[in-house]
Amino acid sequence: MHDVNNASLCEPKKQYTFSNGIKDGIPIALGYLSVSFSFGLLAVNMGIPAFFAVLISMTNLTSAGQFAGVGLIAAGASVLEMIFTQLVINIRYSLMSISISQKIDKSVTFLHKLLISFFITDEIFAVASSKDGEISRNYMYGLGIMPFCGWSLGTLLGAVSGGLLPVTLRVALGVALYAMFIAIVVPVAKISKSVAIVVLISVALSCIFKFVPIFKSISSGFVIIFCAVIASAIGALLFPVKEEQNDNS
Amino acid sequence: MTTHDIIIYCLTMAIVTYLIRMLPLVLINEKIENKFVQSFLYYIPYAVLAAMVIPEIFFVTGSYWSAFAGFIVAVIMSYRGRSLITVAVCTCLCVFAVDSIVNMI
Repeated sequence: MHDVNNASLCEPKKQYTFSNGIKDGIPIALGYLSVSFSFGLLAVNMGIPAFFAVLISMTNLTSAGQFAGVGLIAAGASVLEMIFTQLVINIRYSLMSISISQKIDKSVTFLHKLLISFFITDEIFAVASSKDGEISRNYMYGLGIMPFCGWSLGTLLGAVSGGLLPVTLRVALGVALYAMFIAIVVPVAKISKSVAIVVLISVALSCIFKFVPIFKSISSGFVIIFCAVIASAIGALLFPVKEEQNDNS
Repeated sequence: MTTHDIIIYCLTMAIVTYLIRMLPLVLINEKIENKFVQSFLYYIPYAVLAAMVIPEIFFVTGSYWSAFAGFIVAVIMSYRGRSLITVAVCTCLCVFAVDSIVNMI
């Protein structure tokens, strides 16, 4: 009751609607189709029934974690190993979740947080963070629903039809998500020198982890957290953002 | 591997992944006032995405040539302010074209 009153009293400058979210979610869904197609294919090849491949996609909604997960299932790993692997690979979502907690408006109450948190993926997080100002629960639902459908549908198609698509085309579709990330970072780095510097630091660290032999055994989930935390901390120390920068970045 | 085993694995994966996402969002209810933390969180999305793209993008396509070409196309088009979907589609087409040529040679 109190929350409803508050939300209607303080009218936000920009209100992103459910359909705005749907529209923003479509490119993510297209990218997901190809990645989850590969997942469905791989899972079935590893002896997991198509039904469970789709069930895993519908309940996990994460790429790296699922690929590692079916690998562990096929290898007959223990449940403890599964817990630890998922934790290491997916812990970056906590970081995104903290960031999203500062981005959502009053319409996102406890119950909606329980639902919205399910949709926090790299891509959905990326698009949500790229919006100006605060975002509402309706926008988040809209943004989540298409990628969820794309991810589930792609898994189903991969699991049942696998191998029909030429490899070259499948590989080319896989690059779509990386292209989207670039399209989110570059325009901001272009106008903000501090973001550009943070991005370069993060990239440099990430290359060091990839190419210096002693770091090779560290999981990619940890590497991303480490690079992002160090680069952002340096950015926050050297270039603290002003209040208004958070809104119209 | 029995159906029972697979169900246990599925449940484990789903619960762990969900808790990681859900707990921070539910536990942090206040707007963070601390200047450093605010700035830190402002930079996080860009730093995360940058670390995910580079160097990984150079290993996900059929060849280094297609990856490099796709990367250049994506950066130039983003710099010119093209929309997400346009950048994504053009990058895919570029990677597909270059890989097709590389495969023919």
